[in-house]
Amino acid sequence: MTQKPDYDVAVVGGGNAALCAAIAARRSGARVVVLERAPYELRGGNSRHTRNFRCLHATPGQYLTGTYSEEEFLSDLRSVNGGAIDETIARVAIRRSETCPEWMAREGVRFQAALHGTLQLGRTNLFFLGGGKALMNSYYASAERLGIDVLYDADVVDLRLPGGHFDSVDVRHNGTLKTIRAASAVIASGGFEANLEWLREVWGDAAKNFIVRGTPHNTGVPLKRMLEAGAQPIGDSRECHAIAVDARAPKFDGGIVTRLDCLPFGIVVNALGQRFYDEGEDMWPKRYAIWGKLIARQPGQIAYSIVDAKSANAFMPSVFPPVVTASIPELAARLTLPAGALEATIDGFNCAVRPGTLDLSALDDCRTEGLSPDKTHWAQRLDAPPYWAYPLRPGITFTYLGLKVDERTRVLMSDGRPAANVYAAGEVMAGNILLKGYLAGFGMTIGTVFGRIAGEEAARHA
Amino acid sequence: MLDDDLVLRGRHVMTVCNACRYCEQYCPVFPALEQRRQFEAVDLTYLANLCHNCGECLYACQFAPPHEFGINVPMVLSEVRARSYEAYAWPPTLGRAFASHAFRTSLVALGLIVSMLLLVSMARPEAVWSSDGSADFYGVIPHAAMVGLFGTVSLFVLISLGISGWRFWRDVRQSAGAASGSLRDAVRDALTLRHLHGAGRDCTSNLEMRLPWRRWFHHCTFYGFLLCMASTTVAAIYHSVFGWHAPYSYSSVPVLLGAAGGFGLVIGPLGLAALGQTRDPSLGHEESGGLDTVFLGLLFLTSLTGLALLVLRHSTLMGILLVVHLAVVLVLLLTLPYGKFVHGLYRVLALIRYHGER
Repeated sequence: MTQKPDYDVAVVGGGNAALCAAIAARRSGARVVVLERAPYELRGGNSRHTRNFRCLHATPGQYLTGTYSEEEFLSDLRSVNGGAIDETIARVAIRRSETCPEWMAREGVRFQAALHGTLQLGRTNLFFLGGGKALMNSYYASAERLGIDVLYDADVVDLRLPGGHFDSVDVRHNGTLKTIRAASAVIASGGFEANLEWLREVWGDAAKNFIVRGTPHNTGVPLKRMLEAGAQPIGDSRECHAIAVDARAPKFDGGIVTRLDCLPFGIVVNALGQRFYDEGEDMWPKRYAIWGKLIARQPGQIAYSIVDAKSANAFMPSVFPPVVTASIPELAARLTLPAGALEATIDGFNCAVRPGTLDLSALDDCRTEGLSPDKTHWAQRLDAPPYWAYPLRPGITFTYLGLKVDERTRVLMSDGRPAANVYAAGEVMAGNILLKGYLAGFGMTIGTVFGRIAGEEAARHA
Repeated sequence: MLDDDLVLRGRHVMTVCNACRYCEQYCPVFPALEQRRQFEAVDLTYLANLCHNCGECLYACQFAPPHEFGINVPMVLSEVRARSYEAYAWPPTLGRAFASHAFRTSLVALGLIVSMLLLVSMARPEAVWSSDGSADFYGVIPHAAMVGLFGTVSLFVLISLGISGWRFWRDVRQSAGAASGSLRDAVRDALTLRHLHGAGRDCTSNLEMRLPWRRWFHHCTFYGFLLCMASTTVAAIYHSVFGWHAPYSYSSVPVLLGAAGGFGLVIGPLGLAALGQTRDPSLGHEESGGLDTVFLGLLFLTSLTGLALLVLRHSTLMGILLVVHLAVVLVLLLTLPYGKFVHGLYRVLALIRYHGER
């Protein structure tokens, strides 16, 4: 510690939490460097693929309808987490979310009304005009105006924390290895969902069939280095947000357009031609994030969503065309499913459908009886050709294993004491609040709220 | 009309957009595409002519190059738009001539017209080469010849634009969606350039650079053009109804209108041409064969020669200035159905359609 640091605050990462931290630190007077692993064109981490932000509000606003109270927000959070959450830190996220829109707007972020097809989120979630990449463009433009140094293609290879005290970070940048010293550090580098090897350690061979919905740059290296340096982990390494995506999606970065909304409208079968879960449990996006893990547990990590002509236009169009056939045996052949098994599944399903009144806007009374598993809502016979099928794979959005922090975002070391000058924000500490399950737009709330806190704390320390 | 490759590329882009929808509130292109599930040539043509070619959706796109989806809406729609200008031009021969060799064709037209005007003025050559200071325009080109020439060309241009507009409308109506339209809303959008600042601020033509100049230079150009037309119309009424003959005084209505319009038509095209130089090339380029530049150039020359004529009408140069000014205006009129001018026609028609299907 004889050398003078190059910066007051080094921010590891280049997504929403990182830029909120960098801007907050700079506005508190610190000299800041942002280390973004992605190239300029792909900057912004997974935030690039997001579109909204869940926030508390006591009155309706220009873009938000109704009100969303602290207690309702907290109860929503509890319900997806199965009850047990760290209430102290959850309340920080919720309370501080209220002032974020104003802060964001000052940094040039613009908003829009809830998008078509997501109107159910119009009360709780504020949408970014143009989505997450536009948001990140605004933040990067603001960072530039404020005089924050941003290094793109900056691959963090090591973090030095002798005795739990951050000293410097080693980055490979433009082919050379350099050491950047800073008085404090903010870790905002996301999870490890793009690290196929790490996923394989956790999920075994199944991991090779996972599709990574977001950036290929979230390899979790800073997270791993922090854990090796004695930071306390939080969250189950198997817990992740994973949805059903089209099996033809690109391995990385397919973002929003590879998701399929058609699951509740028909049935979902595995490679054996059998159903394996109640497709009508709830309308998306409420049960959106369970299907990734369900498919991950099926043979070959593949499944097929099948609908018939009755529902063909009821869901959002997707990027890849459906497999369309006039009959079920033909469909089995096209999907290389055992024909007898698929026919038996569909016949059994059709016989089990009870009469009811279809209502897509509510948990209706269209259900099956006597199946295992039953389809509890929106069950309609599959009998109107042509039949449409989409192949599905687990699409991993983010992982929950992270760094344990206190409410000031200080990273806690294994002895339970906070590190002197290391803070964490965003996905890398989301596990402090999210244990499983997910609330739409809450990742951006965590990133913005704790990014701002981490930036201010880090600047104060420096 | 569109080649298969362009249709495939356009369809790919629109399919990704339709599954994403993040750009929904930037401009009408996105709500319009969300009403469709198939994207055929007519659908792409309709959407392309709703697009104002700003950069918001490209810079906001998570799937823009170098992403493997390679989504660039302004680029692909600008290609479709350029093809649609060619495809609907009437007569097609002239359309092709201007589309592929805009500069050469315009130059040839200019040469022909100047020669023709000189021929008309042969009776009194001294009126052309050394004017007597009386600003007697009809001494150079007789009134009947002027009216005959401009009347014929204007009629031809109106017929040509009418046919093009009708064919465009016929095709765009085949695109799925409701069939009625709203002329009032469409005209309001066009006159205010609403969709160049639709989301509350001016649109960007470069990353995070939201400046009002493109809108204001367009206003200067468009309203300059309208004022010049108004000036000519008032002058025609003075001449034929009241028998008041040119030259008109500096404080007369035709001169005031013409001068204001002329200034607009100097500033506007110059500004737009300058902005064109600094534009992000990844937003695409409409001009095939340079008709964009030729159109701006002719507008600029029209106003420049018009203003020069106004200032120098009592000098010996009046005769030749008049010949050049009239020739430039005639060429401008002749090129209207084949160049950038038609974007106004197709944009308004597409907006009528858009307001109808909302």
